[in-house]
Amino acid sequence: MELIISKYNYWVYIILMMIGFYAMIGKRNLVKKLVGMNIFQTAIILYFVSTGAKRGASIPIVEGGHGEAIHAIHAAHYVNPLPHVLMLTAIVVMVSTFGVALALIIMLYRRYNTLEEDEILELRK
Amino acid sequence: MIAHLEDVIIQTVCRILIPFIQVYGLYVIAHGHHSPGGGFQGGVILGASFILLCVAYDINEAKRRLNEKLNTMFCSLGLIIYSGIGFVCLVLGGNYLNYSRLGHILPVDSVSARSLGILGIEIGVGITVMAVMISIFLDLVSRGKHEEGLE
Amino acid sequence: MTLPFPILIILVPLITAFFIPIIGWWRRDLCYPLVIVALSVSTLSSVFILHLVEEGGTIHYYLGSWDPPWGIEYVIDHLNAFMAIIVSAISLIVALSSKRSVERELPQKVVYFYCLFLLQVTGLLGIVVTGDMFNLYVFLEIASLAGYALIAIGEDGAPFASFNYMIYGTIGACFYLLSVGYLYVVTGSLNMADLSRILPDLYHSKVVLMAFAFFIVGVGLKMALFPLHVWLPDAYTYAPSAVSALVAPLMTKVGAYVLIRIVFTVFTPSFSISLIPATTILSWVAVIAILFGCILALGQTDLKRMLAYVLIAEVGYIALGVGLANKAGLTGAILHILNDALMMTCLFLVVGAILYKVGLRNIHQFTYLHRKMPITMAAFTVAALSVIGIPPTCGFFSKWYLVLGAIDANQWLFAVVLLVSSLLNAILFFRVIENIYFEPANAHGEGAHEEISVDEAPLSMLIPILVVTAGILSLGVLSGKIISSVIQFAVPAGL
Repeated sequence: MELIISKYNYWVYIILMMIGFYAMIGKRNLVKKLVGMNIFQTAIILYFVSTGAKRGASIPIVEGGHGEAIHAIHAAHYVNPLPHVLMLTAIVVMVSTFGVALALIIMLYRRYNTLEEDEILELRK
Repeated sequence: MIAHLEDVIIQTVCRILIPFIQVYGLYVIAHGHHSPGGGFQGGVILGASFILLCVAYDINEAKRRLNEKLNTMFCSLGLIIYSGIGFVCLVLGGNYLNYSRLGHILPVDSVSARSLGILGIEIGVGITVMAVMISIFLDLVSRGKHEEGLE
Repeated sequence: MTLPFPILIILVPLITAFFIPIIGWWRRDLCYPLVIVALSVSTLSSVFILHLVEEGGTIHYYLGSWDPPWGIEYVIDHLNAFMAIIVSAISLIVALSSKRSVERELPQKVVYFYCLFLLQVTGLLGIVVTGDMFNLYVFLEIASLAGYALIAIGEDGAPFASFNYMIYGTIGACFYLLSVGYLYVVTGSLNMADLSRILPDLYHSKVVLMAFAFFIVGVGLKMALFPLHVWLPDAYTYAPSAVSALVAPLMTKVGAYVLIRIVFTVFTPSFSISLIPATTILSWVAVIAILFGCILALGQTDLKRMLAYVLIAEVGYIALGVGLANKAGLTGAILHILNDALMMTCLFLVVGAILYKVGLRNIHQFTYLHRKMPITMAAFTVAALSVIGIPPTCGFFSKWYLVLGAIDANQWLFAVVLLVSSLLNAILFFRVIENIYFEPANAHGEGAHEEISVDEAPLSMLIPILVVTAGILSLGVLSGKIISSVIQFAVPAGL
């Protein structure tokens, strides 16, 4: 019980990731595969961001500009900003992949007039 | 694929709101240092303002204001700003993307030059993301037919 | 060292890729010279960097002048410089020969094709130059996304093959990202050299084990190692010829380079060999990949599809070399990266030339082709001999080192498999060569009186093919020098 409660962010991200993974592999409609891919990538982003959280911490922005006397910064008061920055890049990658995939789906629909994978394989032979 | 809805309320409200959305997008780009925001987020908001114009009016109305060639050039322009700032830092003697070297040509000290360098890069990213979002939307909505305008 | 060459390798193709849509809108025929110029600058920089590394040791370049481990660092040692030359030189050769086939196959999309071509080359060069784990993920995704878009431009079955490739490739890249995340959570660093220092204290934790497992699966998906190769035959068969010639030699080899980096540099050999039997499993999987690729290629009649299955077998050779994990085996693997890139470039360029001139892809229709395109067929024969492994072509030397490595590791079964696969490759390629050079038995005497004039491929395709063929022959003879000057230092210490 202790294992589930204390590490609940891991459980959430694993369940989401497996739902997305199953959709990517098990579903036959191409749009459902794409939605699964999106859920899969979002779960990974969620995991990364959750590893940076600290109890009672605020956002990692130091008040006051440079040049003023800055008092010592205690790392425990600020959320770790590095996972957030890495995940910005990952979100951009996710959006670009989604854009390319949607363009491919439109090309496939115009050519085969269906979006089911087995019908497309039949028509391609 | 987008049916032409002649709805006066939607068109009027969108016509009033779109400039404010764009100003908010620019605000988000410029405040990436001090609050949540930055280039990608602001770029998406700017692109969304344009997509709202497509949704409220016809797609040709939106293409009259920003045709595809200008859009493609915006994609390249933002990235050229990004790489160009890094390249200028390289030419001025530092490593790539070492913005403190910009302090040699701008009248600020080198720490402020790092801050301004990041702002310049975020502006480039914002322009590119706006152009790409508009381009993705126009491609998907018109089933690629607007590609025929480009050679 | 503040010389800007490590960043010039990546920066010049990147900025040119952004200028091409603007210049292409203004004048379309300026795109091709611009691509050639950018890739030439990149190749010259990488040759110069190899020279610098040979003299002075590893080069470190800090992006933005932030010291590692806070900043992104580009590290160039012998292995990186070696890979950078391979990637930039081969992309230059393929770009030189791509002009005619692109104009014939994709007439309206020339500008965007070259833009995506340069972005793919930028991504591949970035992977081999960087020393930071997350930066590698970014460049991996740049190269992969450009690859999906390039493959989808092809002929009829291409969009579906590209969609399949995209699903698999995204899973691979996300597993890589997940493992980088696990390592970051446990160590707090993203720099490769820093990780290899911090990780040995943590080798007994399960997080590091999971990170290693995710790495191997993710990189295996990208380099098409045996059970994860399913996307490769379709994607490389239906792609346009210039795209196949670019992606096929390079993408899988760069994936193999990432495998070598992770298994031997980030996780030191004491982890990968002794603590968990990773290299043993890798070598068994590689053996199955070699046999599988060769046997399945026997059943193909489409030349491009057959070459795609041969590519799966070649990836198996490199993975076998990594899995043997001794000096000879790893030397064979790194040498095979170079040789296989050359061989596959030559083969796919020849296929592109045949497609451009004659329009045939079925190997049973290749009769009398040696009279029509004699030089191209000679190049095909040389490359086929190299795949089989006949001296003095370069393929012989890398297989020699792999067999030596297998014998050193007391794995006689692997040595037998290597020799059997050479035999299978011989059957495979002699089938095609027989169709090209000899008449079919029932047409004896009739077709011989037909006058088939020599109608060679155009010069822009012929010269790159000849350059690569000369490379195959000469680099075979020079293998000893390559090994003693470059590869000997590239093999990770401690083996």
